[in-house]
Amino acid sequence: MSRGRLLQNLLTSCALAVSFATRASAVDVDPEVLAAEAARVKVMAEARSKTVAIFPPEGNGGGSGVLISADGYALSNFHVVHGSEKHMKCGLSDGRSYDAVVVGIDPVGDVALIKLFGRTDFPFAELADSDQVRVGDWVFASGNPFLLAHDFKPTVSFGIVSGVHRYQYPAGTLLEYADCIQTDAAINPGNSGGPLFNLDGKVVGINGRGSFEKRGRVNVGVGYAISINQIKHFLGCLKSGRIVDHATLGARVAGDEDGRVIVADVLDDSDAWRRGLRIGDEIVQFGGRQVRTVNAFKNVLGILPIGFRVPMSYRTKGVTHHTFVRLQGVHNPEELIAKTSGKPEPEKGLPPRRPGNPDEPKAPQPDKMPEGKPAPDGGPEKPKFRSPFGPADDAEKETPTPEVVKKSFEEKRGFANFHFNKVERDRVWKAASARFGSVPAAGPWTIEGEQAAGGAAAAKTAATISIDDARVEYTLPTGTARLPLSDSLAGFTDPEGSGGFLAALSLWRRLIAVGPEKFGNMQYEGAFPLPGLPGNYDVLLGRSGGVVCRFFFDPQLGDLVSLEASVDPELDPCELFFSDIRENGGRWLPRRIEVRYGDQIYTVVAPTKWQLEEAAK
Amino acid sequence: MTKVRRFCISALAAIALSFAGLATSPAAELGAVIRDVQPKIVKIYGAGGYRGLEAYQSGFLISAEGHVLTAWSYVLDTDYITVTLNDGRKFEEVKLLGADPRLELAVLKLDATDLAHFDLTKAAVAEPGARVLAFSNLYGVAFGDEPASVQHGVVSTVTKLNARRGVFATPYEGPAYVLDAMTNNPGAAGGALVDYQGRLLGMLGKELRHAQSNIWLNFAIPAAELRATVDAIVAGKYVRKPADEAAAKIADPHNLDLLGVSLVPDVLQRTPPYVDAVAPESPAAAAGIRPDDLFLFVNNRITQSCEAVRNELAAVHRVDPVRVTVLRGQELIEATLTLPKPAATSSTKPAAGGAAP
Repeated sequence: MSRGRLLQNLLTSCALAVSFATRASAVDVDPEVLAAEAARVKVMAEARSKTVAIFPPEGNGGGSGVLISADGYALSNFHVVHGSEKHMKCGLSDGRSYDAVVVGIDPVGDVALIKLFGRTDFPFAELADSDQVRVGDWVFASGNPFLLAHDFKPTVSFGIVSGVHRYQYPAGTLLEYADCIQTDAAINPGNSGGPLFNLDGKVVGINGRGSFEKRGRVNVGVGYAISINQIKHFLGCLKSGRIVDHATLGARVAGDEDGRVIVADVLDDSDAWRRGLRIGDEIVQFGGRQVRTVNAFKNVLGILPIGFRVPMSYRTKGVTHHTFVRLQGVHNPEELIAKTSGKPEPEKGLPPRRPGNPDEPKAPQPDKMPEGKPAPDGGPEKPKFRSPFGPADDAEKETPTPEVVKKSFEEKRGFANFHFNKVERDRVWKAASARFGSVPAAGPWTIEGEQAAGGAAAAKTAATISIDDARVEYTLPTGTARLPLSDSLAGFTDPEGSGGFLAALSLWRRLIAVGPEKFGNMQYEGAFPLPGLPGNYDVLLGRSGGVVCRFFFDPQLGDLVSLEASVDPELDPCELFFSDIRENGGRWLPRRIEVRYGDQIYTVVAPTKWQLEEAAK
Repeated sequence: MTKVRRFCISALAAIALSFAGLATSPAAELGAVIRDVQPKIVKIYGAGGYRGLEAYQSGFLISAEGHVLTAWSYVLDTDYITVTLNDGRKFEEVKLLGADPRLELAVLKLDATDLAHFDLTKAAVAEPGARVLAFSNLYGVAFGDEPASVQHGVVSTVTKLNARRGVFATPYEGPAYVLDAMTNNPGAAGGALVDYQGRLLGMLGKELRHAQSNIWLNFAIPAAELRATVDAIVAGKYVRKPADEAAAKIADPHNLDLLGVSLVPDVLQRTPPYVDAVAPESPAAAAGIRPDDLFLFVNNRITQSCEAVRNELAAVHRVDPVRVTVLRGQELIEATLTLPKPAATSSTKPAAGGAAP
C-alpha cells in the first residue's frame, strides 16, 4: 500500500472507528487503518501524561505546561505564571496535583520554566528540532482549554502546521512571537503554555497565542506556538532563575527596494559597532541564516537571549566581512524588572494598526492572549474559568505557601527565583572544581612554556607566567610585563594590545583559588555559545576588582574552556581560550591558551610545565 | 499455512507498515501538495484599514499571464491595489478587470508571464465529507515572500447560505461548500479551497454570519459557479473603457438630469455615488430608485464615485435603457431606467433634482 493511501486511511481512521464500532462485523476495516489509529492513540496517550495543568494558588484562572525532565522541570508561558509570582499547583493526567515553583522567566518570549515537586520519575517529553517543521505537518496540541479538566486529564486538539517562521509583533516590548509556528489545531484560552506535539510525540512548540480580533476569545483556526528551538536557546538562562531579556544587535535595519537588509542606524557603544558595522552596510547572514527581509532578520534576532554571540556576515563597499557579534539586551535591567513586576497587562501598549501598506513591517496583530484567565474586557463570549482548587470567590483568601516551595524559592532583585541560580552555580562548580583537582591551587602559580605571538606561524619563544596574590608576570625573552594586584583592576589593559591579559590571568587563578562564593558576586548566567565551537557552555559570571568576568565551562566534562575579562566596559574584553586539556598531576590543565582581543589573536601560549602551589606560602 | 496464521502474519506486516508510515512524516505528500499550491496564492492590499475593515484580502492566479480571481469587496475600491506574489514579487496599482456583485467576485490583472496558476476549466467538485485545504492570507499573517496560511478541513455539506441579514450580508444565492474548518476569517476572502490533490474546488467567501444563529459561516463558492462570469470578464465583456473615450463617440448620451436622479454633492475626489433625491415621475422614480441608494454598477461597470456614474451614463445612448445595480441598506437592487420615447428630445427638460418628496 502506498504512503498516500496509508495517509488517507490514517486520516479517516478516527471517523471510521466511531461509525463502524457498532457494526464492525458488517464492514471490513483495513488492519492498516486500525494499526495506524492505535499508533496515534498511543502517541497521544503518552503525550498527555507529560502535559501539565497549571493553576495559580489563589484558585483563579490557569493554563498549561509540559514536563521536560524526570526531576520535574516544565515549560509554560510567562503570561500563565505571571501573577502567581512564586508558586502554583500543577495537575497531571494521573489525577494527582503537585506543588510547583517558578524557576526562570523570559517575558519577551512569553516563556516560563517551572519545577514540579514530589517525584523524581516524572514522565517528560522529548524536544524536537523545530527547524524541521514544515507546513502541512500534522500536529496536536495538548492542554487544558477553558480549564475543562477537573481531573487534570488534558484535552487534545489535532491540526496541521499552517505556517512557519511567522513573526507576531510584541505588545509594547513584551510577548513577542518571533519565528513561531502557526497551526489550525484548536488553541483556546487555557491552552497557553501547553505543548504542540508532532506525530512522533516530540514537542515542536509551546502554544501561547492566537489571532482573534472580532470573534471573541476562542479559537478561529489561527494559533501560534513558540518554536522549541527558540526555547532551547533560553533553557540555560531560564534555569539560572533569572528574568531573561531578549537580544538586540544595537543596530536598526531597514529593507530596501532590492530586498536587502541595510543598517539604518548603529549604536557606537555596541559590539556591532566594534565589529565594524556601519550605517549603509548590508547584513547578509545573521545567526547562521541568510537574511533577505527585515522580518527574516527579526525572526533570527527574536529567538536569541541577551549575551549570545552569533555569527554575522555583512557587506560594506563590496567587501564581505565575517565576524561574531555579542548581542545586547532589549531592555536595561531595571526596565525589565519594572515591566515584569505588578499585574499582567499583556494588551496594554499595543501599537495601533498601520494597515494598507504592504511596504511597512507587518501590522501588529490585535491578539488577545488566550491566557486562561477571565477576559479583562468582559466581552460577551468570555469563557468562564473555575479552578478545581477553589472558586474565584475565595481568591482573596491567603493560601499558605507549601514547605517544599519555601525551601526552593529565594527572592532577589532581577531574579524570578534566586534559589535555582545557586543550584546551577553549585552544579557547574562541582564539576569544574573536580577537574581543577581535589585540593584548590590557592598558592603561587608558575607556568612555563612557549608562545607564538599572532598565531601558529610565528616563531616560538620561551614564555613564563607567574601569578600570586600580589602580582601577575608574563615573561618573554624580550622582557617582562608585570601587573601588581590591587583592589581595582579596572582599566588595566596590559600588555598593550591584549585587552587585559594580565588581569585575566589573575582572575583565572582567583576563581580556582577562592571558588565562586568568594570570587565576587558570582552567579550562574546560563548556557551560551562560543565562537567557532559547537554547542553551548555553562557560564559563571562574576565581578572582581571592577572587572566583569565570564567563565565558560564544558557542560559534559566541566572543563574551563574560555575566560572573558572585561576590564573596561567601553572596550572589547580580553578572551582566553583553553584547549588540549589533559590530566597533569591530578589536575586537568590546558596545553594551549589562545589570547584574543577584538578580532585579533594576541598570542598563543603552550604550557609545558606547571607548578601550582596548594596554599599561599 | 492455515488461514489464521496467514491472517496473523499479514496483520503484523500491516502494523509494521503503519508504524513506518507514522514514523516517517505522513504529511510528506500533503506537504508536496501545499508547496505546489502556494505559488498560486496572492496577497492583496487596498482600501480599508479601519477597525473591522481590514485593508487586505486573498486571491489566486487563474492564468499564467497574471489574472487573479478574488472576492469583490471594499478592499478593491481604490486605484491603489497592490498584489504580492508568493515569491515576494510586488505589483502596484493593479488593474481591476471587472467584478460581479452578485457572485461577489473580481478579477485583477497583473503585468506578468509564466506564473503558476489554477486552471478554472480543470476545477474539481467535492462531495460532503471530502477532505480539503484552504489557502488564504487570513489576518494578514503572511507578508512579502512569506507563504499564505493553510488550514485543513472537511466539506460539511453543499447548500445555499442563509446569511442575508445583519451587517454581514451576501447577495450570493447559489450553492456553497460549507466547511468544518475556521476558514472565513478577516482577510481570507478570495482564498482558494483545494482538495488533497491540490485541485481547485472554489473561492473562500467573505465573512458572513448565519441569519438565525448568528454563527460565523465558513464557506467557499464552487468554482463552477464562478467560471462563466470570470471567463466573461477575462474575455473583455466587463472591461471598463476609459469613459472620456467612450463619451466622445456618443452624440446624445444619458445624463442624471434626464433620468431624474440627483447625487449627493460631489465634494471628494471619490465621492460615493449616493442618491440625494429622485424627481417625481422621472425614469428613476419609475424604476424604483430611492434617495440614499448607492450606485454600484451602471451597465455592469463599477461606479466607485459620482464622477464614474456620470462618465458611464455619458457612454450610453439615450435611446438605450440603463441597467443599474444599487445598494439599499444591505440589499442589492437591480433596476432598468428607460427614457420615455416621446419625451426623448433635447429640448425637453425634466424636473431638475432637488424636488424630491
